[in-house]
This record gives sequence, structure tokens and C-alpha cells, in this order.
Amino acid sequence: MSSQEYVFVVLALVGIVGAFRLVTAKNVVHAALYLVVSLAMVGGVYLLLAAEFVAWVQILIYVGAIVILFLFGLMLTKAPIGREALDNQQRGVAFLVGAALLAGLVYLIQDAFPWDGPKIEPGTGTAEAVGESIFSRFVLPFEAVSFLLLAALIGAIVLSRKDDAT
Amino acid sequence: MIRLPLVLTFSAVLFATGVYGVLARRNAVLVLMAIELMLNAVSVNLIAFSQALGEIAGQVFALFVIAVAAAEVGIGLAIVILIYRNRETINVDEVNLLKW
Repeated sequence: MSSQEYVFVVLALVGIVGAFRLVTAKNVVHAALYLVVSLAMVGGVYLLLAAEFVAWVQILIYVGAIVILFLFGLMLTKAPIGREALDNQQRGVAFLVGAALLAGLVYLIQDAFPWDGPKIEPGTGTAEAVGESIFSRFVLPFEAVSFLLLAALIGAIVLSRKDDAT
Repeated sequence: MIRLPLVLTFSAVLFATGVYGVLARRNAVLVLMAIELMLNAVSVNLIAFSQALGEIAGQVFALFVIAVAAAEVGIGLAIVILIYRNRETINVDEVNLLKW
């Protein structure tokens, strides 16, 4: 194993532990903080794969903005503490579904990509390369995403404002 | 030099954890968090294949996934807060007005 793989394994293990704690946490604010751990480790994996622009976007948007939105959502709603209050009764079935999905995915992955198969050569992922691609090949999807964000902005304002007229 | 199946297995574990979270949680905000976990697993795959194939399009798709996730969280939390204002609960199994 190369040194990059050792670093990757460490990042991946911390991210997976964060994800496990996220879905089993007894306190909703702790769950949001475990989400930060998991998302930051995914950002570290992006950096390790040399996708630096996506990595910083991940840190800025996910860790900086989305988790703060989640914390606002948690503090504007009343959330009880305790596993029985946060989980439903189908925990065992959910665990079975998750384990079966994981087993199926791992089987397919090792079937399609052998362990001694092609390796990832960290290529380029600079803002320049990504920007050139967005504004040459993906202009139309980019405009569609900006329209989607505008629609989401208006929709969120309309949904969450108080109706004093009625 | 990172082996491709290693990264894909990491993403598979994240995705399966997200599926468990969506199915097992009853607090709507925690369900949304588990959905974020699944979206991140997909993005990890996109980046891994983008670098393995030397094709920048995968990273552009990952950026689009992040943008759509931001929109989804904004709308989702607005809906959750609206439900809380009307029903005094955000447990997804108690919001069954439209259930047949």
C-alpha cells in the first residue's frame, strides 16, 4: 500500500465512524456535529484525490452553510433527547436493509473492479480546469442549476413566511 | 496512487449508513441529514471515477450535486418548520394526514 492509501484509510475510518454516530446519536445537536466530521473527512478525501476545487466547495458549502442551516432547523423545532424518541420501531429492519445493500454493493465493486486493477492517478482538479469545463461543455446545466437555486430561494421564503393576511 | 475499489467501498459504506439513517430515524431533520450522507457517497464516486478516467466532467457533476443538495436542504427545512408550526411535531410517522 502506498502512503496515500494509508492517509485515505485514516480519513475514511474517521468519516465512517462519524457517519455511524450520526445515525445513532441520542442528541440531535450531536448528530449535526457528527455530520460535520463526516463531511469534512469526505472533503479530505477529495483533496487526497487532487480534486481541490470540489474539496474547498465541499468545506465551504456543506460544512459552512448546510450544517448551519441544519442547526437552525434543529433549534427552531423542539427535538426530544433519547434514542426511543428519535428512532422509529423499524430499526432492526432498517439495519437489515442497510447491511444487505452494503453487502450487495461490496460484492458488485470487487466483482467489477479487481483489487490489482487500475489505480487512481490523481489528475487535475484546479478551479481553472473545472471552470473551463463548466463554461464550455456544461453551460446549459449550469444555467439550469442557477434557475433551480433561484426557485428554491423563492420557495423557501414563500413556505416559511407567516401569513398575516388570512 | 489509490486503489479504486478502496474508494468505492468507502462510498458504499457511507451510502448504506445513509439508507439506515433514512429508514430508522423518525425526526425529519435527522432524515434530511442521512440524505446528505447518501448524496456525499455519490459525490465521492463521481470524484473517484473522474480522477481514474482523467475526465473532468465528474467533478462538474459533483459540483452540481452540491448545488442541488443546498437547494434541497433549504426547501426541506422550510417544509419541516412549516409542519412544526402547524402540527407541533416533526416526527415523520406522526405526519400522516395524506396517508390512505
